[in-house]
Amino acid sequence: MTRILLSGNEAIAQGAWEAGAAVGVGYPGTPSTETLERFCKLQDVYAEWAPNEKVALEVAAGVSLAGKRVLVTMKHVGLNVAADPLFTLAYTGVRGGLVILVADDPGMHSSQNEQDSRNYAAFARVPMLEPSDSAEALEFTREAFELSERFDTPVFVRSTVRVSHAKSLVKTGARVEQAEPSAYRSNPAKWVMMPAMAKVRRAVLDERITEMTAFADTSELNREEIRDISLGIVCAGVNYEHVREALPDASVLKLGMAFPLPAQRLRAFSANVDRLVVVEEADDYLARSIRSLGIDVSPFAVPRAGELSPGAIRRAAGLPEPETREADDSLPPRPPLMCPGCPHRPVFDAFRKQRVVVTGDIGCYTLGALKPLAAMDTCVDMGASIGMAHGVEIAGGVGERPVVAVIGDSTFAHSGITGLVNSVYNGSTGTIVILDNRITAMTGHQGNPINGITLQNRPSRELDLAGLVRAIGVERVRVVDPHDLAAVDEVLREETAAEELSVIIFRAPCALLVREKGDPYAVDEDACTKCGVCVKLGCPAIGRDEATRKAFIDVSVCVGCGQCVQVCRYDAIVHTGPACDLGGAS
Amino acid sequence: MSTTTVMLCGVGGQGTILAADLLAKVAAASGLEVKLSEVHGMSQRGGSVDTVVKFGDEVFSPVTDPGMVDHLVAFEIIEAVRRVHYVKPEGRLLVNPRAIQPLPVLTGDAAVPHGLQAVLADEGAIFIDADILACQAGSPKSANVVLMGALSTGLPFSEDTWREVIARRVPPKTVDANMAAFALGRQACERGSCEL
Repeated sequence: MTRILLSGNEAIAQGAWEAGAAVGVGYPGTPSTETLERFCKLQDVYAEWAPNEKVALEVAAGVSLAGKRVLVTMKHVGLNVAADPLFTLAYTGVRGGLVILVADDPGMHSSQNEQDSRNYAAFARVPMLEPSDSAEALEFTREAFELSERFDTPVFVRSTVRVSHAKSLVKTGARVEQAEPSAYRSNPAKWVMMPAMAKVRRAVLDERITEMTAFADTSELNREEIRDISLGIVCAGVNYEHVREALPDASVLKLGMAFPLPAQRLRAFSANVDRLVVVEEADDYLARSIRSLGIDVSPFAVPRAGELSPGAIRRAAGLPEPETREADDSLPPRPPLMCPGCPHRPVFDAFRKQRVVVTGDIGCYTLGALKPLAAMDTCVDMGASIGMAHGVEIAGGVGERPVVAVIGDSTFAHSGITGLVNSVYNGSTGTIVILDNRITAMTGHQGNPINGITLQNRPSRELDLAGLVRAIGVERVRVVDPHDLAAVDEVLREETAAEELSVIIFRAPCALLVREKGDPYAVDEDACTKCGVCVKLGCPAIGRDEATRKAFIDVSVCVGCGQCVQVCRYDAIVHTGPACDLGGAS
Repeated sequence: MSTTTVMLCGVGGQGTILAADLLAKVAAASGLEVKLSEVHGMSQRGGSVDTVVKFGDEVFSPVTDPGMVDHLVAFEIIEAVRRVHYVKPEGRLLVNPRAIQPLPVLTGDAAVPHGLQAVLADEGAIFIDADILACQAGSPKSANVVLMGALSTGLPFSEDTWREVIARRVPPKTVDANMAAFALGRQACERGSCEL
């Protein structure tokens, strides 16, 4: 059978489909997003984005209750949001198989923290499988559905960025259709978790974990590879691959189940090797858990924080470093940035000019914290901006500077609405800015409840954002085009001065949604006074000539949005001809 | 064969991910094991990005370390210098000499050191004017395929396999331009040119 190149995320989608999953639901979040984007295109499935991970897991619980198999996807921090239903679903168990993909981001490539979801598995006592490459991602996802129904529990598949976004060859199989569920019968003893019932289910949960520990001790998901017994390494996920490359002779206990751990096999492995070490990244979950079984874990000096690589493991093992060329550390950094034509840019330019204190949120606009805009004071979690701005206000403010909360459309739907309800309820007089760019942009353009675009293009409706905000009780609601810089400046000045709560909705589509580019602009060198105001917009198309200090515009980058034209007081930014190809060649 | 490691680096949005996908598919079509590792999300917004492709009879880790890369393909010159230390002393450097100024440089908060091209030439880099060749091929967006053409000269894969994979992977309307781009990249590299 031919094998195809799939990412870990695509393989998880394929595994769920082969297992007969009828439904997929999740909220986009790097590195989990492509899983549902793949699943939704497979045959005979229903898939949807939920406004947040808690809702997604609750929807999945309903699918499971109705007797169908369901895949739920989220990133690690999304699991914080979904934790509430998670802990109780561990008690209720399932009807149709319920598998949760949680994708962690060691190294924080695209996240605000580095939390290790394996701790959730142990905390909530929900079994967790941990594939190390795409082939295992498919196989383990199929197995997860079997285990979910066999042991009557939700089951996690945990990936990390180097599993989710690594591609390798995978053998795909046919879909195994699941039989129609038997007739539905109410079962409050299992599903109504009020104290009397929950106490009984708590005992069921304990018994289940005992059974699953015995299963882990015999399952092929965990695997001993005995080679040189002077060093035995316990590892899981992509770290297994790093270990095999770095130390090919070492004995390995590869854990395909992060929870529950195979206690007997860990003891036997420890007895078989002279020295047992654990290789894991960003957390010491395995080492702590193994030590708690009374097994000696020798020190192994891999870095505590961030991602591992074969090199980090070779270093920890005391192997010589490879010969390398000299690194150049004099280079300027290249941070990510807002795209040319981004509708967020003028808003942050106004924040900076008006010296506003900005409680921020999560999305592309978080890049407004970076120079030269440098106009964001906080970024904590999805929806935090609104609550934090209210908190600053009731603490008496932070001096004379106005405080503004800034949040994106999808983030507002995810976790901002309850914050706004609080601000209205408790009499806030602050200013809340919603950046409505008509899409969930940072994760790669997913639909959301605000724009009404659904994952499988089923009919839906746009959410009337201004109407919702008014219905919550905000009387001052302004909708403004952020590409009109004078209007942005004016509305921000008026609303921060107002003595009552106001919401400004800046509405313009993400620059990457705008297919028709305008003609690019150029700088009239004679008119340019080197004032640098246009450069402070932080547009990647605009720079300052090193020698003359005058501004220049890279026509190959400029999309003709005209934001810079509006900030130039000397009319030095003018239209040029149509864009020519790079390097002048054609 | 033992494992070969290729690193593609550039600026988010330059097409490194598609190029890496082509290479991985060529390796797979040639009967080898292959792994590819990339990063999506925030860094893709114009940040510094790299993608690693490893292939051979057996491939374990999808990532790599300094001193372990056999072929570095840089889509941009500053990013080439940023990753030179990843390349084995005997490894190969293919560099598109185009510079894309990082924002801190555009705003005057940082400067690019002078003489990057000389530094790379000292390291034995081969310069491929991928953007200009792409325009010659008929599509400025085919610079990534120009670079794959250049890379292909040092890899044990047949030209036919490359062409089949490219034809399947790029938008139908752009197949001709991409074939031309691939050929121009090969020629530029076969000349071993360091013309600039």
